[in-house]
Amino acid sequence: MSQTIEFTLNGKATSVDAPAHRLLLDLLRDEIGVTGTKEGCGTGDCGACTVYLNGKPVNSCLVLTGELGDADIVTVEGLKDGDAYHPIQAAFIADGGAQCGYCTPGMLMMAKSFLEENPDPTDDDIRFALSGNLCRCTGYVKIVEAVQDAAAELRRRAGKGQDHE
Amino acid sequence: MKRTEPLEFHQPTSLAEATRIMLDGGPGGYFLAGGTDLVIAMKEKGLVPKYVVDLKRIPSLSGIREEADGGITIGALTTLREVEISPLVVGRYPFLAQSAAEVGSIQIRNRATIGGNMANATPSADVAPALLALDAKARLAGAGGERVMELKDFFRGPGQTVAEPGEILTELLIPPRHPRLVGEYIKFSPRDMMDLAYIGVAVTLTLAESDRRCESVAIALGAVSPTPMRAPGAEAVLLGQVLTEELAEEAGRKASEECNPISDVRSSADYRRAMVRVNTKRALLNAAAGNGPVPWTSRRDRRYA
Repeated sequence: MSQTIEFTLNGKATSVDAPAHRLLLDLLRDEIGVTGTKEGCGTGDCGACTVYLNGKPVNSCLVLTGELGDADIVTVEGLKDGDAYHPIQAAFIADGGAQCGYCTPGMLMMAKSFLEENPDPTDDDIRFALSGNLCRCTGYVKIVEAVQDAAAELRRRAGKGQDHE
Repeated sequence: MKRTEPLEFHQPTSLAEATRIMLDGGPGGYFLAGGTDLVIAMKEKGLVPKYVVDLKRIPSLSGIREEADGGITIGALTTLREVEISPLVVGRYPFLAQSAAEVGSIQIRNRATIGGNMANATPSADVAPALLALDAKARLAGAGGERVMELKDFFRGPGQTVAEPGEILTELLIPPRHPRLVGEYIKFSPRDMMDLAYIGVAVTLTLAESDRRCESVAIALGAVSPTPMRAPGAEAVLLGQVLTEELAEEAGRKASEECNPISDVRSSADYRRAMVRVNTKRALLNAAAGNGPVPWTSRRDRRYA
């Protein structure tokens, strides 16, 4: 039982025919072909599928398509500003914040959202914010460093931060 | 990972419409709030709803407001993240905000709702003990109109509430409390984050200004009985008394006798009882000291101290 669902995806008006029970994650990857968003656990534990739904980071593996009418959805594909990487992406590249890269889209989405709320975080603040994003490669040290460096860059751009320890 | 099965999907815009859909549809229908329990049940536990009634298009169900009498009303569809960061909740009842922050991740809490956390009736729901320790009430709306009950009477058993078919939990009501009321919620769990509680303890106290006797005492427990519960025997130990370490220990012992835990994959019943005893004492002493919620970064120290 498909229905036409209209929403905004990465700033573009989008219309798809899909059944209500389709998961947002599958809608993005399989129906629309936007595959940056990954599936890790499928149960809301790992955060690899994090996207913004109406401005807030959520697990797209737990969202049903039936809810999406008029929604505003942003995926990792929506992070770049034109051709330029977002500072959070640039920092993950520079600091080796991505190892295998599978968790990275979710990490980027969560980190960007978190830095908008808390532009000058402690390492513990970052670890708290990223507690729902699991990396199974090596750990979180470089990820936390990348988020700190992105935070410093964003503060610099906002023209109000001093360099952060 | 298993995918969800096809289902009929409704998006009513009023409570009356939602109730009517559920009554007309009959058995096999589920209300959908944040979906962090329902969708997982569909994916992991083989639940196949005949139809789903999404409550998120009903505007009256969301938001936190202060009532004229000083009470606080929290709409059932308010997300746990909204509860966690609400200036009103953080300012008045920081332990309630903290209990909301104990659930899952920020991504989960941006979806999970306080009403869903209650209506799912998991014995370990983190927000339940904090609300019970605040004497919270539940407002329900259904075909027979509205009713308000003590939240503790809303729960019937694991996954079960007293809601009638088509009846919707609409609001959680925190009655006005003494300005000096202090509280504490301790989630005792294997990991600092992203886990369920072995046990949860919430306490609230009002201490007399003159001699610091306990003018009000509430002790509520999670994950140690079929429903979140109050521990009236432990409360009686303290009421009218000056809280000492010995009395806090005695209240903890009483609470550990009053609860009725099971042994399961998370821990044994004996361990849960022991942890109720210890953490009730800790919660009481920390609340009385007015230290505010213990930050998660110091939990490891507390656990092994």
